[in-house]
Amino acid sequence: MDIVISLIKAFCVGGLICVVGQFLLDYTKLTPARILVGFVVAGVFLGAIGIYKPIVDFAGSGATVPLTGFGYLLSEGVKEAIKEEGIVGILKGGLTAGSAGISAAVLLGILVALIFKPKKK
Amino acid sequence: MNMSYEEYGKLVKKCSPNSPIFKTVPLSFLVGGTICAIGEAFRLWFVSLNMSKEHSGIWVSVILIFATALLTGLGVFHKIAKIGGAGTFVPITGFANSVVSPALEFQTEGFILGVSSKMFIIAGPVIVYGTIASIGSGIVFYIIELFGGNI
Repeated sequence: MDIVISLIKAFCVGGLICVVGQFLLDYTKLTPARILVGFVVAGVFLGAIGIYKPIVDFAGSGATVPLTGFGYLLSEGVKEAIKEEGIVGILKGGLTAGSAGISAAVLLGILVALIFKPKKK
Repeated sequence: MNMSYEEYGKLVKKCSPNSPIFKTVPLSFLVGGTICAIGEAFRLWFVSLNMSKEHSGIWVSVILIFATALLTGLGVFHKIAKIGGAGTFVPITGFANSVVSPALEFQTEGFILGVSSKMFIIAGPVIVYGTIASIGSGIVFYIIELFGGNI
């Protein structure tokens, strides 16, 4: 039963974050690229001021899978790195925390380009 | 057919499809929510295998990136994206697709100036401004800590 509740929470919160993006897409002239950048920066900001963590605790992947969660990951990484290593953490923390996601995307980008042929439109 | 301007306007309104917002918003909620729920299912599974919170989150991202890459390669992803709108590009699937899709598309321009440079066409700005924002927040955290605050 706990599992079902967790899944519903993730579904609702994740869905709502996507709806925010859909409203921006439909009602403003923002392109998807700008919205993605905005979501990541918003995630860093919300993470830094401590608003995003309670959402992550509540919704799990519902909050971490959207790109605001990627921003949150960067801000948490910086915070931890500063605690452990001091001033150098300002430069290390963000990208270190995001490294696994970026590396996975780069690796799979290359693999897909090697294996598949582009589809004719 | 004789009708006034207003009547004609009403008729057009009646016959034309509903404003897409009534479709796009619920669809993005459903698709985006489903992607997050799939991620959550994997996360719960990993946590039940005694994986740490941090590592389970990383593996969820990797699985979703892998699934997106595969669906993009097979030419299926853009069909889902057409239905899901922001529901597909706001989750990490959108980030992954923004890397994999141009990588595939620009094969013809070679692996240096085609695939590997074009794959950052959207991910580049995301990483650049994410990094800048994280440095900015890092400076603030550091100053707070200098003055004895708790970050």
